[in-house]
Amino acid sequence: MSQFAPPLARKTRHKRWQNPRSGLLFLAPSAIILVVFVGYPIVQSAWMSLHDWSYLQVTHQFIGLQNYIDLANDPRFWNALGNTAIFSVVTVPAQVVIGLLLAIRLSRSTWLSTFYRSVFFFPVISAFATMAIVWKFLLSPDIGPFAAWEHALGLPTVNILQSTAFALPAVIVVGLWKNVGFTMVILIAALQEVPESLNEAAALDGAGSWGRFRNVTLPAIRQPLLFATIIAVIASLQVFDQVYVMTAGGPLFHTETLVTYMYELGFQQYRSGYAAAVAWVLFILIMLVSVLQLRIFRYRDVD
Amino acid sequence: MSTNSVPIYLRKKATPLRLALKIVIWIVISLLALFVVFPFVWMVLTSFKTEKDVFALPAQLWPAHWSFAAYSDIWKELPFARLFLNSVIFAGGVTVISVLFDSFAAYALARLDFPGKNIAFYLVIATLMVPYQITLIPLFQELFDFHWLDSYQGLIVPRATSAFGIFLLRQFFVSIPRDLDSAARIDGAGEFRIYAQIMMPLAKPALATLAVFQFMNNWNDFLWPLVVTSSTDMRTIPAGLTLFGGQYVVDYAVLMAGATISLLPLAIAFFFAQRYFVQGIATTGIK
Repeated sequence: MSQFAPPLARKTRHKRWQNPRSGLLFLAPSAIILVVFVGYPIVQSAWMSLHDWSYLQVTHQFIGLQNYIDLANDPRFWNALGNTAIFSVVTVPAQVVIGLLLAIRLSRSTWLSTFYRSVFFFPVISAFATMAIVWKFLLSPDIGPFAAWEHALGLPTVNILQSTAFALPAVIVVGLWKNVGFTMVILIAALQEVPESLNEAAALDGAGSWGRFRNVTLPAIRQPLLFATIIAVIASLQVFDQVYVMTAGGPLFHTETLVTYMYELGFQQYRSGYAAAVAWVLFILIMLVSVLQLRIFRYRDVD
Repeated sequence: MSTNSVPIYLRKKATPLRLALKIVIWIVISLLALFVVFPFVWMVLTSFKTEKDVFALPAQLWPAHWSFAAYSDIWKELPFARLFLNSVIFAGGVTVISVLFDSFAAYALARLDFPGKNIAFYLVIATLMVPYQITLIPLFQELFDFHWLDSYQGLIVPRATSAFGIFLLRQFFVSIPRDLDSAARIDGAGEFRIYAQIMMPLAKPALATLAVFQFMNNWNDFLWPLVVTSSTDMRTIPAGLTLFGGQYVVDYAVLMAGATISLLPLAIAFFFAQRYFVQGIATTGIK
């Protein structure tokens, strides 16, 4: 690290900084912004969640954990939490498995693989809210082609996004449509790092293609796979754009998620304190799930 | 890196069963690819339809009459020029400023020795792990108190640096050999000259990756502009189209024209510089 530092500096490190002024100056713009617009709001959101806080009022009454107690008795919160859980439980495995299968099939640099990689990645660069408008129209019974195909096949035409049975599955499929390419790209980068010699050695030892995948490839990409899974979990717990645009949480709250509920509480009802409590539940949930996943994968490592 | 030809040890006899399996796999991949591009194709084709074609029964994918009306009406039916300008200012402003500030901070954390450096680095890592929704409610209050709601500074300044960018660039700067800046330092170059004339030119690929990543995320962002802006004149394209789509405009072709135009800058950039898009994502995996 400090090969340029004179040997003496190590002993008196706490006294002599080589670039005390320029270092702080270079860091200052980012540090100020991060403190004012990230650090302070994190602390403030915890503080707000302990108050009966509306941003329109001048004073805010301290109510301790009352917001959290109210949440525990709020059926709409439990409903939003349940929908978010269903969304994540279906989305994450599907996204990782499909992403992994595509990555394995498309990791070679043939022109066909390269072309398909671009195709599957393309939704990642598009604006989700804008493409959710397109999906809303695609699924619309008035102008959408899906309704026309259902009709042509003699099936009853369903207004998918207004259906309590189909709205959440539709939101899930559209989420996968958008994000599978993201997982695929992370895993392709990982697969291309796996040394060819490992595969070769395993093949010479007589391992079949499944054996090589199970015992060579999978362990070699374990870290990126874990990372892709955690990213997918975090993103799915924060699901917002397509729900807000396609169903606005409906029909009858059947697609309402934690973030859409938080949005409504915070920015339509202006119940900032209560909304901040929802945000903290989300935060704690994300932390718990991430730590749990790190744990599980680490235990496997010991085996 | 990887070659087209399959290594000899992996080659198998081409039995009919294997061949059939291979064909089935590629058919499945092709169908999935069709599903993935279909919304884009439908969006573009619908933007060229007349109102009669949009509501044609049974629904037609291909326009019976190609019409460019939506592309001229959009400027009249929506304040689309304003939405586009806002998106350019917001995404462009955030990209330029944050890449600059991130590179400052990354340089300090990678190369300089000053009090609080380690704490600063750990704090950057910590903020990487915090979902931004948690800051949204207090940020709204903060911007309200600053009288910054519904303004460009409100949109841009809170995003003018990113922990991800600092981290990405720091990792890159650390990998640059120290001999280069040591030599310049001995020649009497100041820290700013070393940063501007040695580090920045070497960091071009990393800077480009970060810039593409930032522009894409902010150009496409929905929740942040939705929260910070409230007047029609300050909306960005995704927030603007969504609100118009739901409330005022039922002209489908116009909305699809807007969606197509908003996709165009990123689609063109993607076509010419795909690797920068992919690297931005792939490097998140190396964290």
